[in-house]
Amino acid sequence: MISISNLHKKFGKTIALNGVDFNCVQGTVTALMGPNGSGKSTLMKSVLGLVIPDSGKIIVDDADILHGFDYRNKIGYMPQTANYPQNLKVVELFDILKDLRTSETDDELIREFRIKEIYEKKFGQLSGGLKQRVSAAIAFLFNPKILILDEPTSSLDPLSAEIMKSKIHKSKLEGKLILVSSHLVSEVDEIADRLAFMLDGKIVIDKMLAEIRNGNGDVRLGKSIANLLNKI
Amino acid sequence: MSLKILKYVFFDLMRSRFVLTYIGILAFISFGVSYFSNDEMKTVLTLLNIVLFIIPLVSLIFGSIHFYDSGEFTEFLLTQPVSRSSVFRAEYLGLSLALSLAVVAGLLPAVIIDRLSVGNVYLLGISVILTFVFTGLAYLASSMNIEKVRGIGLSIVIWLFMAVIFDIIVILLIYLFRDYPLEKFIIILTSLNPIDLGRILLLLKTDVSALMGFTGASFKNFFGSSIGMLLSIAALFLWVLIPYLLAIRIFRRKNF
Repeated sequence: MISISNLHKKFGKTIALNGVDFNCVQGTVTALMGPNGSGKSTLMKSVLGLVIPDSGKIIVDDADILHGFDYRNKIGYMPQTANYPQNLKVVELFDILKDLRTSETDDELIREFRIKEIYEKKFGQLSGGLKQRVSAAIAFLFNPKILILDEPTSSLDPLSAEIMKSKIHKSKLEGKLILVSSHLVSEVDEIADRLAFMLDGKIVIDKMLAEIRNGNGDVRLGKSIANLLNKI
Repeated sequence: MSLKILKYVFFDLMRSRFVLTYIGILAFISFGVSYFSNDEMKTVLTLLNIVLFIIPLVSLIFGSIHFYDSGEFTEFLLTQPVSRSSVFRAEYLGLSLALSLAVVAGLLPAVIIDRLSVGNVYLLGISVILTFVFTGLAYLASSMNIEKVRGIGLSIVIWLFMAVIFDIIVILLIYLFRDYPLEKFIIILTSLNPIDLGRILLLLKTDVSALMGFTGASFKNFFGSSIGMLLSIAALFLWVLIPYLLAIRIFRRKNF
C-alpha cells in the first residue's frame, strides 16, 4: 500500500506538489492523469525517492520512505523514456539489477517480452522501442508488489503494448498495486480501475472509473472527466 | 557500495574512446620526453609540469561531462533498492580509478625508458592523487548545478583558478609584502592548492631546491623534508576527502 499525506514540494518559486493526500491499495490499477506540469512526475518520483519532499509523508507498506531504501525492493519502475548507457549490454544491466535486488527474477518475462534475442546487444545498438521493451521487462522482472509505470505504452510497438497491458491486468489479479501515469484516456479506460487527476500540484479528482461515468451520465470516460473538471 | 556498479562504470570508461585517447596522448608525451632526454631528473620534472597542467583539466572537464551524461542512468539506478551514497561512491570511484589507470598507463613509457626510480614513483603517485582530487571537485561542481553548461563552466573556473590565477595571486602577495616575513603565510596558502602541493611534494623528494622557488624553499626550510612531505601528503588527502564529502552531501539531498 502507498499512503501519501500532505505532500508539498517546491522547485524555486514553482509549486510542484501542493498538499497531496493520496492512497493506493493492493489489487488496483490507479491511473494518474493531468496536464504537463501538473505534478504527476514529481509525485511518482517522490514515491521512488528521486524527489525529496519539503514536507509531508509517504508510507510504502508501513515504511516511511525517508528512512531507508529497502522499500524499493517492493517496487518495479518503468520510466517514460529509456536512456541507458550506449556501451552497456542488456545482460550487464540485468546483472547489475540482480546484484541490487534481493528478490528472485521471473525469467519467464525474458521470453514474454522477447528479450532473449537482444540479450547480448549493447543499448547503443537498440531502437527506442526495444529499449523501452527492456524497461518494461525490468519493471516486472523481480515480481514486485508495487508497479510504477510512467506512460508505459507510449514508446512500445503494438505487440509489446498489448503484452504490457495484459501483464498489468494479470498483476492486478495477483493483488499487486499498480500506479500508471498516462495521457491517453482510451488506455486509462482499458487498464485502470481508478483515476487520480492532478492540476497545479493537487489531486482534484480521485474516484473509481465506474463512479466517474455513473455520476456524469456519460459512458465516454473522456467526456465524464471533462464534465467533472468543469465543475471544479 | 555496489561492486557491480563500480565494475560497470570502470570498464565502461576503460573502453571509451576518450580514455583511450587520453592514454595515447600521455603515452606519446612521456615517450617523447624520456626518449629525447638523457637526464632522468629532467624527464621527471618536465613530465611533472605537463601532468600538473593536464590532469586537473581532464579530470575536471571529463568528470563533469561524465556526471551529466550518466545522469539518467544514475536516476534509474536510484529507483532500485540502493542508497544514494552507494551509487555516488561507485560512480566516483569508477571514474577516478579509470582516469588514474589511464594516467599510469600513459606515463608507463617514461618509467620503462628511465627505469623505476623514486622520482617516477612519486610522479605516478601524485598524478593518481590529483586525479582523485579533481574528479571529486568535478563531481562537487556538477552536483551543485542542475544545468550541464553551468556545471562544466564551474569546473573550468576551478581549473583556471587552481592552475593559473592562484599562482598569480601568490606571486602578487609575495611582491606586495616583500618586506614582511611571509614564510608561514605562504606555506598555509600553498596547502590551499593541490596542484602546488603536488609540485612541492615531488620537488622535496627530488631535492632540486634551486628549482623550487620561494614557496617550495619555505616549505623545505620550515618543515625539513620528511615532515614537510607528511604534511603535504596529509593536505593532499584532505583535498581528496573534502570535495568528495561535500559532493556526496549535496548528492544525497538532490532532486532528480
